[in-house]
Amino acid sequence: MGLREYIIRRLLLLIPIMLGVVVLIFAIIQFVPVMVRVSLYTSGSIKDLRPDAVRDMIHQFGLDQPVWTQFATWFSQVIVGNFGFAESSQERTLNGLLARVPATFEIVIVSAPIIVLFGIWLGVHSAVQKDKPFDQMTRILSILGTSLPSFFFGVLLLAIFVGQLRWITPGRLSPAMGTELALMLKYGQFTKYTGLMLIDSLLNWRLHYFYDALVHLMLPTLVLVFIQTAVLVRVTRSSMLEALGKTYIIAARAKGLTRDEVIYKHARRNALIPVVTISGLLVGGMMTGLIITETVFLFPGVGSWAATAAQRFDVSVVAAYSMFSAIIFVLANLIVDVLYAYIDPRIRLG
Amino acid sequence: MQSKKKVGNFRKSIAPTIKEFLFILRRVLKSPLSVAGLVLISYNIVLAVFAPFICPPTPGTSNPYLIPRDQVLGFRIEPTAPSSTHLFGVTRLQIDLLYGCVWGTRFAFQLGLEVIVTTLAIGLILGMISGYYGGFIDEVVMRFTDIILAFPGLILAMAFVAVLARSGWSTLDAAVLSIVLIGWPGYTRLIRGEVLRVRGEDYIEAARASGASDLRIMSRHILPNSIYSVIIVASLDFGSIVLTAAALSFLGLGSQPGTADWGRLIYDGVPFASMGLKYWWTMLYPGAFIVLFTLGWNLLGDALRDVLDPLSRRK
Repeated sequence: MGLREYIIRRLLLLIPIMLGVVVLIFAIIQFVPVMVRVSLYTSGSIKDLRPDAVRDMIHQFGLDQPVWTQFATWFSQVIVGNFGFAESSQERTLNGLLARVPATFEIVIVSAPIIVLFGIWLGVHSAVQKDKPFDQMTRILSILGTSLPSFFFGVLLLAIFVGQLRWITPGRLSPAMGTELALMLKYGQFTKYTGLMLIDSLLNWRLHYFYDALVHLMLPTLVLVFIQTAVLVRVTRSSMLEALGKTYIIAARAKGLTRDEVIYKHARRNALIPVVTISGLLVGGMMTGLIITETVFLFPGVGSWAATAAQRFDVSVVAAYSMFSAIIFVLANLIVDVLYAYIDPRIRLG
Repeated sequence: MQSKKKVGNFRKSIAPTIKEFLFILRRVLKSPLSVAGLVLISYNIVLAVFAPFICPPTPGTSNPYLIPRDQVLGFRIEPTAPSSTHLFGVTRLQIDLLYGCVWGTRFAFQLGLEVIVTTLAIGLILGMISGYYGGFIDEVVMRFTDIILAFPGLILAMAFVAVLARSGWSTLDAAVLSIVLIGWPGYTRLIRGEVLRVRGEDYIEAARASGASDLRIMSRHILPNSIYSVIIVASLDFGSIVLTAAALSFLGLGSQPGTADWGRLIYDGVPFASMGLKYWWTMLYPGAFIVLFTLGWNLLGDALRDVLDPLSRRK
């Protein structure tokens, strides 16, 4: 089977999974009383409406119909992106989600490369220097990283750098700059090209914004990097150790290749194959880690938005957010599998 | 005569298991890190078992997991520093932290046990049926696990808790149920795989040929031969289950305010964290208890994985 057929087959398998995800969320929503479920359909708040107005809406959205009819109505809404109204933040759920994706994405594009490069580097060197001080230190750090809950680590950083030293304020920008930015946006002096503060500030040539945004990304990134790198280091280290023990390594050394050539060309390439397979796990870890870090540092991304909504039992937001996360997670896993099939042909041929 | 022979047979049949257990134990005790893990776990078990003696609850209370408030200090929001009456100090609303941390250990074990027993039961039943019968049932069960595994765990749990709480459940019950919901697919798949491995063995054929029913084959022949590794995996998951519950509590989606729950106590400490290290005890003590707990399970888990991995064990 060629790589192209493999990808097509995997893409086709996505359809039943995504359908299942949507059905599961619909099934979970059925727990909620019908008066609340209306908020999954409306484009405005139903809080202040009179009960009979809500009852009219129940009829209008077919919530008095049998379950499968309800599913059809709901599904036809979800597929065009109508997830209802978010009572917790008083906006349409889809708008709320889309408005906050860039902020979260910004943390991801800063922290993901650091995690991958740093994690693989540490893991490889830890394996090469097995049982030396460097290895011992890395192992202790990685065990600490997996045992330290991200919320506790985040709160500690918050207390030290935000509360005690007052180097950084929580949020995405310092309060003064945030206010200034809102005004500039209002009067058209600052254009939102991408929604990513790091890129927009450069495009608008306001470098102090770039610096401020970067500083505010440091703590959330540190939490994610510390915890996720720990996972990656452990896998890389053990897989590198296994690769170094293979006979082809001895053969390569015996035929006179240098130590570095053997480590980086022969061992590391093979050691990275299992590492690719766990990167799907890493994406899941990042997504849950983002909820916690954004909540701790009051970073206005999707994670903290969903967490706040969940605390207020805002069903429309948690439904939309969990479906959104499932799509990202499934696609990420698909990419990982394709990558795996690409670098290791035994997978698609087998 | 007859009974003696039976005992001998029993000894003979159990001998490999004992030998294996001793081998694992010897290997685990060799590495200092795993001994540290065992010590940490034992310390946590002692804390959990003797919690009522270390911090006696107020007499006549119906729920000892509710932390008693200091009546003298009243309802002040500001935490009071550690003193001789409150060794770990008090947090928001004058809740005693020593009591909270110690009973939090018991709370963690109780919650972890509840979740593991339920998840294992579901996983065992579904995994056995799925692996043994195969075909259509297998397909259905596996597709269900696919759907659950399409979500990042904590996110599905969060959504489930919010929905259940909206329809009148207590958030703690909802949290326990949601951790079961995200946990069962893993065990189901694991057990299914084990059953598939065992199913083709000759002794299963023999049992079937001698007229044993499906139920008997599953419970007497397949289950004992496939449960061993699953139980080890499940017990090692204890740390991560407690961590997930604590994360939910930290998001305000777990136990009620004032419960002896580490995640909840850290959540209570967040407002004070933004005031700096002035109220350090409100977050440091519950956090240290969680870290010591998960550290223990992770250290032991690492060692066990190395020992049980057939590729690396006899080196």
